[in-house]
This record gives sequence, C-alpha cells and structure tokens, in this order.
Amino acid sequence: MGNILNEQIVNTKMLCKDVFKMTISSEYVASNAKPGQFVNIRCGGLDAMLRRPISICDVDKSQNTFDIVIQVKGRGTEKLCSMCQGKVDIMAPLGNSFMIDDKHENICVVGGGIGTFPLLYLLKCSQAANKTALLGFRNKESVVLEDKFRAAAGNVEIATDDGSYGKKAFVTELLEEKIKSQKPDIIYTCGPAIMMQKVSAIAEKNKIPCQVSMEQRMGCGIGACLVCACKTKNGNNWEFSHVCKDGPVFWSTEVCWD
Amino acid sequence: MSNKIDLSTNIAGVQFDNPVIMASGTYGFGKEYSEYVDLNQIGGISVKGLTLKERKGNKPPRIAETPAGILNSVGLQNPGVESFIREDLPFLKNYKTKIIANIAGNTIEEYCEMAEILGDSQVDAIEMNVSCPNVKAGCLAFGTTPKGIEEITSAVKKYCKQPLIVKLTPNVSDIRSIAIAAEGAGADCISLINTILGLAIDINKKKPILANNFGGLSGPAVKPIALRMVYEAAHAVKIPVIGMGGISSWEDAIEFMLAGASAIMVGTANFVNPIIPVEIVNGIEKYLESHGHTNLNEIIGKLELND
Ligand SMILES: Cc1cc2nc3c(=O)[nH]c(=O)nc-3n(C[C@H](O)[C@H](O)[C@H](O)COP(=O)(O)OP(=O)(O)OC[C@H]3O[C@@H](n4cnc5c(N)ncnc54)[C@H](O)[C@@H]3O)c2cc1C
Ligand SMILES: Cc1cc2nc3c(=O)[nH]c(=O)nc-3n(C[C@H](O)[C@H](O)[C@H](O)COP(=O)(O)O)c2cc1C
Ligand code: FES
Repeated sequence: MGNILNEQIVNTKMLCKDVFKMTISSEYVASNAKPGQFVNIRCGGLDAMLRRPISICDVDKSQNTFDIVIQVKGRGTEKLCSMCQGKVDIMAPLGNSFMIDDKHENICVVGGGIGTFPLLYLLKCSQAANKTALLGFRNKESVVLEDKFRAAAGNVEIATDDGSYGKKAFVTELLEEKIKSQKPDIIYTCGPAIMMQKVSAIAEKNKIPCQVSMEQRMGCGIGACLVCACKTKNGNNWEFSHVCKDGPVFWSTEVCWD
Repeated sequence: MSNKIDLSTNIAGVQFDNPVIMASGTYGFGKEYSEYVDLNQIGGISVKGLTLKERKGNKPPRIAETPAGILNSVGLQNPGVESFIREDLPFLKNYKTKIIANIAGNTIEEYCEMAEILGDSQVDAIEMNVSCPNVKAGCLAFGTTPKGIEEITSAVKKYCKQPLIVKLTPNVSDIRSIAIAAEGAGADCISLINTILGLAIDINKKKPILANNFGGLSGPAVKPIALRMVYEAAHAVKIPVIGMGGISSWEDAIEFMLAGASAIMVGTANFVNPIIPVEIVNGIEKYLESHGHTNLNEIIGKLELND
C-alpha cells in the first residue's frame, strides 16, 4: 500500500543535460518499494498542480534512501529538478511491480531513454545467474547510469540512435542479436511505446515471456479517476485497464498495441 | 475541539454528518481513497458516474493539465449500475458516509430504469448527471434547456425512492432558469457545477492533447465561475444547493456556503492532496468556532452583496 509522505531530499545531481538524479530519504519507501513501482510526486504551484509519476530507480536499504531519475519535459519536471534540498510530498510506493521468478537464470532488460531507470532496481533485486541490460539512448551525451547498470548486470550493451556511443542501432536490434546467442528466460522492457511494441513482438516470436512497463498521463495515481487508461485484452474482448493500479507493469500479451 | 459545533447538514431529508462530499468521477467507488482517508470522516461520496450498461470510456490521453486546472475526457467508464450495487456498494456501506449514486443515460428511459433499479438499493440519494460533456449521445443534451431539464426531471422523479439531486452544467447562458426548471419538475436538490467544456492543444503535434479533442475543465481555474453560478442558482430556488467547482481548501468551502450552498463537493483537489476532505471538515469547524457560530445554517447563504 502506498502512503502520503513528506520526505527529505538528500541531494539532487545533474547526470547530463536535463536529466537529474534525486536521492530521497524514506524508511517507508526503502523498506516497501518493489522494482517497477513509482512515486507520485507533488511539484507545487497552480501551473503544475497534479502530481507527476516517476519510477523508483534504485533503493539503498542500508541508508533508508531511494533514487529517482527525472528528465525535464515540462513545467512539473522542471520544478522538481530545481528542488535540491528541503522536503518533497510524495505518494509511494504505487503500482504493481515486475515479476521476479527465482527459476529464471537468464534475464534480459530492454530500456529506452527514461524507460531505462526502473530497470536498474529490477536488475539489483533479481538473483538470476545471467543478467543482460540492453539500453538505448539518443546520443553519447544522454547515456546515464552506465556504471550502475554495469554493477547490476553482467552484460550491458548500449545503442545510440546516432552511433556516437556504443552501437549505432535501435535497442531492439541488440535484442534480436542477443536472442540468437543466448535466449533469455524472460524479457522486461520500459521505454517509448513503439519500442516496447517491437520488443513484445520479438519476445512473442521467440516464445519468451515479456513484461512491459506502460506510461500514461495520470490524475490520481491510485485508481480512482480512471484517466490513465491502457487498452488490454479481456478474453476475446478488450477493456481499458489503468496504468497506475493495474500496472504500470503488464505482460506483453495482455496489451492491445493498436 | 469544542463539541458545541454542529457540522451536520440536511439535504432533502438525508442527514450528512458534515457538508463535505466527494464529487462524482474523482473518487471512484471510495475504495482507493479509503487507504488514505477514514471515509467515516467524510460527509458523503457521489460515486463514479453510472450508466445502465457497462461503458468502456474514451481513448487515452484522457487528461490534460491547464493553468490551475485539468481537462478530462474519461467518457463515463464504469461497470454499469447493477454491477455497482452488487460489487461496490457493500464496501461503501461499511462506513457511515452517505452514498450518492450518480447516473447518466442516453435516453430518458435509461435514466428512469436506473432510478428504479437503485430504488431497491441502499444508496442514500440519486444525483442525475444531465451535464457530462464527454459522451456523444444524450446526457448533456438534456441539461442545457429548461424544457429538457423539466422533461427528464419529472420523468425520473416518478421512479425515485431516494431524494433526486439534479446536477447542472455550467455550459448554459442562464443558470437561474435551468435551476428553476429543475425545482419546478420535482428535483429535491440541485448540484453544480459540472465541468466546463474546454480544449488543450499540443503545439508541436498541432493536435489536441486529449484523444477525444474536447474535455471538461475542473480545478481552481473554474472556481469564480462556479461560485457565481451557485450564488445565482441558490437565490433562484428554495431547494438545497450543493456547490462545487475548484474547491481546494476550507476557505473555498466557506465561500461556497456563504454563496448559498448547503453542502459542497470536492473533486480535482483530491488528486493533489488525498487528505484534503478531512482538512476541509476541520477548517470549517474552526471557522465556525472562531466566528462564534454553532451550526452551518448561520453561514449558508449569508453573503451580503455590496450596494
Ligand atoms: C509509471 C510512470 C513512470 C515514469 N517514470 C519516469 C521516470 O523515472 N523518469 C522520468 O523522467 N519520467 C518518468 N515518467 C514520465 C513523467 O511522468 C513525465 O515526463 C512527466 O509527468 C512530465 O511532466 P511535466 O510537467 O514535465 O510535463 P508537461 O508536459 O508540462 O506535463 C503536463 C501534464 O502531462 C503529463 N505528462 C506529460 N508527459 C507524460 C508522460 N510521458 N507520462 C505521463 N504523464 C505525462 C504530466 O504529468 C502533466 O500532468 C513516468 C511516467 C509514468 C506514467
Ligand atoms: C476525472 C473526472 C471525472 C469526472 N466524472 C464525472 C462523472 O462521472 N459524473 C459527474 O457528474 N461528474 C463528473 N466529474 C465532474 C466533477 O464531479 C465535478 O463536477 C467537477 O470536477 C468540478 O469540481 P472540481 O473542480 O472540484 O473538480 C468528473 C470530474 C473529473 C475531474
Ligand atoms: S491516475 Fe487516476 S486511475 Fe490512474
């Protein structure tokens, strides 16, 4: 269950242009957060009234802190990233989480842009013998948290759209190559919808279970307002599920991608 | 706190412990928020708008944030009135908060049928939404003319065992005539305002942000309009008025009651601060105490206009 918390910012650090890592002190979140969950954070003011959903990127249980990584998109995230000290009003941890199965020996995460962040804590929590992270960024300047991913996964491959770092490719191409050499037991993906749709199709073709973390604009963040709709299958029919409560994590086969 | 102060309010025979009611569509069926707020501390809950049959709702994005407000186009996603009574109402009845069933239909017959079905249920009142801007057929069409309101209110009233609250749209030029028509046709109470039709544009894509193009504006941005309309409606009718639109503090709530509201509803503010209803209840009590009042009747409608 989520809680409404008023927590201390430990520090805010710029990772690259427009991307900031914020460390927040919270015993409740540190001891309750599961990978894939998010915080709904109040930015303040009447021009960014609604809370903004941001994934939990990392948890440090020994320090009772957790990290979020925020990309400045508009008014709300701009305000958030300018908060360097003081307290933040958060509702957390919210949403379901990635399924971690001890039977899985080879896991693979596929992340794009801001979608890479929640995958870090997932990698840390998984006990799998072989962990692969395939990460896609726009260019060299936007590659962040590489060292943390290298510490959390045995195998990290990076693709950039313009080839300025890692491989010049889409991250989905890295996935196709990876599957040829070693088929993962499960794939987890988060990033732009088009990328996740492609990852799901590759997973399905290769009969690999796949979990996707969906994104949608939110109102309440807890399942009451029904604005964060995501089209999912329901038998032979379909329905609108809700990203904040039924998700953000869904099985790729549940999602209607049309 | 002093127990001399009586926060209860009577709406058409239904006794609410306090005048703070959750606005339809912003509180689901109460369950989600019950993890954050003791629902016993809230006067009432108007549940998510119900239709006769299940509705899937509109395509996302269903929300856009605008200065001091939000536009929504949920499109009445709900499981249908019978499923609500079976699956959701029993949970709500564990609390003493009063339950208002908010209903919407495509035809007058649908509204009547829902009122009839709800008659055998444990809901305390029925709020007839004739003002939803987010569904194509029906609904809003009934709410924009005195004749439309009169026709639907008198028809539905015949099937109502519980008090009938008619929820008015602000998307009209003369709210007084609409309020008078509702009263004349047998409404036990009116509530207002529903959302104001609006548009938000993504200038990069050159497209509306909402998949449904237009949506309903709510939040602090609408408060002055809502207050004026509540004042006008409350002074045009004798039945009680429930006021809403942008209430996000106890001070806002007091303003609406001074303007003539016997109770108030809180919507969008819940998304920002889930414990706002309790803060508003406490704030109203403190205000009454500090002004030497003992009950709400001493402030309801007590606004004095300037000469
Ligand atoms: C479950 C979930 C997890 C997320 N995790 C992260 C993360 O770890 N790091 C990160 O940088 N971003 C993350 N996002 C995206 C982030 O919420 C948006 O970028 C942010 O809300 C934009 O707000 P803004 O005020 O800067 O932009 P504006 O464009 O000014 O926002 C206007 C409105 O649109 C909403 N909105 C705009 N873009 C998005 C979007 N892509 N998703 C949801 N709502 C949006 C805002 O919340 C706000 O209500 C996540 C989104 C979801 C749904
Ligand atoms: C997301 C959302 C969904 C809503 N759904 C309904 C509904 O189903 N039925 C209804 O009568 N009003 C609905 N409304 C309108 C509210 O009940 C209320 O009239 C309006 O939001 C103004 O109050 P506020 O500014 O406090 O939010 C909805 C409002 C929002 C924001
Ligand atoms: S954001 Fe309100 S239901 Fe998901």
